[in-house]
Amino acid sequence: MAPVKVFGSAMSTNVVRVLVCLEEVGAEYEVVNIDFQAKEHKSPEHVARNPFGQIPAFQDGDLFLFESRAIAKYVARKHKSADADLLREGNLNEAAMVDVWTEVEAHQYNPAISPIVYECLVNPAMKGLPTNQKVVDESLDKLKKVLEVYEARLSKTKYLAGDFVSFADLNHFPYTYYFMATPHALVFDSYPHVKVWWESLMSRPSVKKLSANMPTSWP
Amino acid sequence: MAPMKLYGWVVSPWMARVRVCLEEAGAAYEVVPMSRSGGDHRRPEHLARNPFGQIPVLEDGDLTLYQSRAIARYILRKHKPELLHEGDLAGSAAVDVWVEVEAHQLEPVILPIVVNCIIAQYVGQERDQAVVDENLAKLKKVLEVYEARLSGSRYLAGDDVTAADLCHFGFMRYFMATEYAGVVDAYPRFKGWWEALVARPTVKKVMASMPPDFGFGSGNIP
Repeated sequence: MAPVKVFGSAMSTNVVRVLVCLEEVGAEYEVVNIDFQAKEHKSPEHVARNPFGQIPAFQDGDLFLFESRAIAKYVARKHKSADADLLREGNLNEAAMVDVWTEVEAHQYNPAISPIVYECLVNPAMKGLPTNQKVVDESLDKLKKVLEVYEARLSKTKYLAGDFVSFADLNHFPYTYYFMATPHALVFDSYPHVKVWWESLMSRPSVKKLSANMPTSWP
Repeated sequence: MAPMKLYGWVVSPWMARVRVCLEEAGAAYEVVPMSRSGGDHRRPEHLARNPFGQIPVLEDGDLTLYQSRAIARYILRKHKPELLHEGDLAGSAAVDVWVEVEAHQLEPVILPIVVNCIIAQYVGQERDQAVVDENLAKLKKVLEVYEARLSGSRYLAGDDVTAADLCHFGFMRYFMATEYAGVVDAYPRFKGWWEALVARPTVKKVMASMPPDFGFGSGNIP
């Protein structure tokens, strides 16, 4: 069986969202780099894979997919095993909790944390733009409110969907990893259960392996 | 078995997303109406259900769920899993792709248009035409993608309706109530898909409680 292909940079947050699931389920894959600087993501070849001209795109034989969370779920379902059941779709209540916290990452956590990553890391390093401190401050306020909810949740369960690691937890890895490289990493210290949860994610072999390809500073 | 409870205000497009799934699944439910202007979503009893202080919230026995797409998936998985193409790897992936596309490509451009064109006037805000124009331009590019998709199948994830199509209803309902509804005329397959969706009895039933001005004009402030 040919390895699946993930199109995009191995440093990119939404590509890593897919890669961490591939690693967790032990699937064979290859990353085909897409050169953002050269606008390769807007090339006809890439737009044929992802009509929005974004990364990642994905290929498994004849099947082409886009949207990182949809790709990751496909991978999780295809390679589901006793050791790796990231979606829990065999159990209505567990699957519901995985879905709730997956949506929370997308619609509550990510909108608070990603502007901080863009303003503190991406804009200065990749676009030569100064950090917009007002955006950072507003986002930090939002993030702290979100982390209060996470702290309450993780005081009751070991992981977000329950006492089992799931797709919901893994979705938090890419953007949080880069957030920890900004000057605001210590915000997490005020939320001890969140900090323990984050450290346990960081200790997973899949996460350690992918972190090695995610530089936190650029020349 | 006690019917499920769905908390929120029925004019909400997020609430509508869940209600069309409940109706399509034929699941027994009752709406527990809440008042947005009365701040019901910020009261302690609601924060106990949803710590993010938002609606909709679903209660099914001991289970309390929030985030409209998570609720929708639970309902369909429990009552009508074929609407998720459950058990079909490629089919379920197609459903997921188009649920994500709605969430990350379509809804973010529709929401500012609806807020500026319908809601702003009722809540003492100036309509920002620059924001409307910027999002209309983005919308047209997004609709090109939908048009291409719907040239290959009747519905977004194949030739039958699925969760992907149903998830689109709430926000599209309000976009089509703005003065820019005619934008879809340039995308005939998309327009045909929309018209088929709103012709469904389940969708008509949900739409009946969603006036085009969210109720502001008639004094039924949500």
